[in-house]
Amino acid sequence: MKSSANPIKRGYLYLEEWFNLSFGEKWNPLYHLGSLTFFFFWIALVSGLYLYIFFNTTVSHAHESLEIIMNEHPLGIGILMRGLHRYASDAAICTIILHIFREFSQDRYRGTRWYSWFTGIPTLWMVVMFGITGYWMVWDELALYVSMSASHLLDALPIFSDSMARNFLPGNLSDRFSTLLAFMHLLGQPMFIVFMMWFHVRRLSNVEITAPKGLAIGVLIALCVLSIFVPATSHAPVDLGKVPAELQIDWFYLNIFPLLQYWSPGQIWLLVGGITIFMMFMPWLPKKNEGAVAVVDLDHCNGCAQCITDCPFDAISLQPRTDGAKWENEVIVNPELCSACGICTGSCPSSNPFRKVTEDGGGLKTGIDMPDLTLDKFKQQTDEALAKLTGDTKIMAFGCKNGYDIEAFSAPNVGTVHLFCTGMMPASLAEYALKNGADGVAISGCRHGDCFYRFGNHWMELRIHGDRKPALRSRVDKDRIRILGGAETDGKKLHKDFKAFHESIAVKKTTPSATSTREVSHD
Amino acid sequence: MTNNPIVRYLLQAVNLALFMWLIASFSSGPTVRQLEEGMAVVTLAFGHAGQPVRDCHVRTPEELAALAPNMRAPLDCPRERSTLHIELYMDGKLVHDLTAPPPGAFKDQGVDIYENVTVPVGHHTFTVRMKDNDQSDEFIYSNDYTVSLTAAQLLFIDFSQQENGFIFN
Repeated sequence: MKSSANPIKRGYLYLEEWFNLSFGEKWNPLYHLGSLTFFFFWIALVSGLYLYIFFNTTVSHAHESLEIIMNEHPLGIGILMRGLHRYASDAAICTIILHIFREFSQDRYRGTRWYSWFTGIPTLWMVVMFGITGYWMVWDELALYVSMSASHLLDALPIFSDSMARNFLPGNLSDRFSTLLAFMHLLGQPMFIVFMMWFHVRRLSNVEITAPKGLAIGVLIALCVLSIFVPATSHAPVDLGKVPAELQIDWFYLNIFPLLQYWSPGQIWLLVGGITIFMMFMPWLPKKNEGAVAVVDLDHCNGCAQCITDCPFDAISLQPRTDGAKWENEVIVNPELCSACGICTGSCPSSNPFRKVTEDGGGLKTGIDMPDLTLDKFKQQTDEALAKLTGDTKIMAFGCKNGYDIEAFSAPNVGTVHLFCTGMMPASLAEYALKNGADGVAISGCRHGDCFYRFGNHWMELRIHGDRKPALRSRVDKDRIRILGGAETDGKKLHKDFKAFHESIAVKKTTPSATSTREVSHD
Repeated sequence: MTNNPIVRYLLQAVNLALFMWLIASFSSGPTVRQLEEGMAVVTLAFGHAGQPVRDCHVRTPEELAALAPNMRAPLDCPRERSTLHIELYMDGKLVHDLTAPPPGAFKDQGVDIYENVTVPVGHHTFTVRMKDNDQSDEFIYSNDYTVSLTAAQLLFIDFSQQENGFIFN
């Protein structure tokens, strides 16, 4: 099956598939890039605290104290801690870059998601500056290179009245600057980064800041091994009368500085500023039209707050009832935050296709609905698709617009209905389809563990298995429902799974006594 | 995900090893060379404000009377400073020259100089001279220094008006 995904997205999807093969969906690092970055930050913080206890921040003793930590601490703990400090910091840059690439390739940075993208780009620079001050503190030849390069860049800005670079020439050096650096690196910058990270995830709900235990242990072991076998070392101590001719720089953090050999500081600022501003404004190049936001129908909402629990973007909140109904609260949608995914419709207990349609001709109603694809509309689409089904084994397939296109499954005995997200689908719709002519129901969303709208396919799966409200009734034969998950590039696998499911339903039909679905009564 | 746990853990180890290899590769490399072998660096670094572009003018009584009472300063001195012209000679040969106009909206600020000049190692005589007055063509400040430069050595040339010239470190 040919993929319609663009080459960048396809490349990312293949990478994700490779990691799924070895780590599985639960531990796939690409599904936990944010929490892995947090994890690396904590490793750097803890190892940094250890180093700080023994580190002398003065320019005259910084290098020497680090050598003592490396060479004289028992059991190589100093080597381990310094290695962890450096390599976890480097790993954080890797996960941040991958995180940016992932969100970009999956088009998860525009629309209501602009905020996380917009705040994430300057956060990356904050992390880079954090690393730069770290290398500066060591006061070895690399630190001199960093200090001179950073000073040249800063001198090009109208910030300081005197040249900063002159502070690092023979006779001009004092401990005052190293004290300021120590304060920045040990207190100011980490606090600011924690604040920026909080700011970055401010518009998301159920934020995962803890990496899965197995993955975290694996990564920590790998970092420990690297720290021991490839110790993070210093360059020679600073000699202000010499120019460090050859340097082994950390390209994750110091990649801008070598450009100073070829470009002026002004040109470099233009490049860095241009890239930063361009990236920050990418969500509007062009702006994404996400469709009409969710609408609350107070006549069918009792303020149970399930939609608030399920909304991935914190777009729904509670407020005191305004319509005089007996319920205490009602829900309200913030249109600025709503991504029009429809997950709230799937989470609303009123979203039940077995309910009677309203007498005013308005069709099937629910407490919270999507104007561009109402519950009534996709129930009608389901009815129409069911009515057209012919053949022995009839399958009703529901799919989302961001995963594999289920239209490819379409056949005389396979009906299809497209939703914004599989999380939009009330679990009772599966039962409804089974009750009204389908022998099996296939639900195909994004890859398991991944969802364009963060939690849609996960919530739906939990609802089908009865682990999340509103749950599918336990009496429904779950064997007749198959949850598939795949991206545009997973056509071959999905068709194989779908075929297997189709065949299993055909077998079930020939042996009805073993697997028949019990009749369900509805009010 | 592959069903064989041994294969799965092996693949995980391979992936993590690749990740660590990536980190180790770029954590301290590739090497950056900022100075070729057999070269040393002469750094001219100082701050200095040029002389005013013209002399102060003593206001005549008529000129003072034409001014508001609170503006009647007897001297009218220009804010604008002269451009600095600096030349560095090595063994009598000009190796670097610099023209640095005063910064600021009114061109009234001091100039910060920071110039690196790469020179071959060896025994050299350096001459630095500077002109800081637009009303004169004379390079008022001029100093010589002879030194044997070794590889990657930094010769730092500072300037102090109090010491009336350049200081070689």
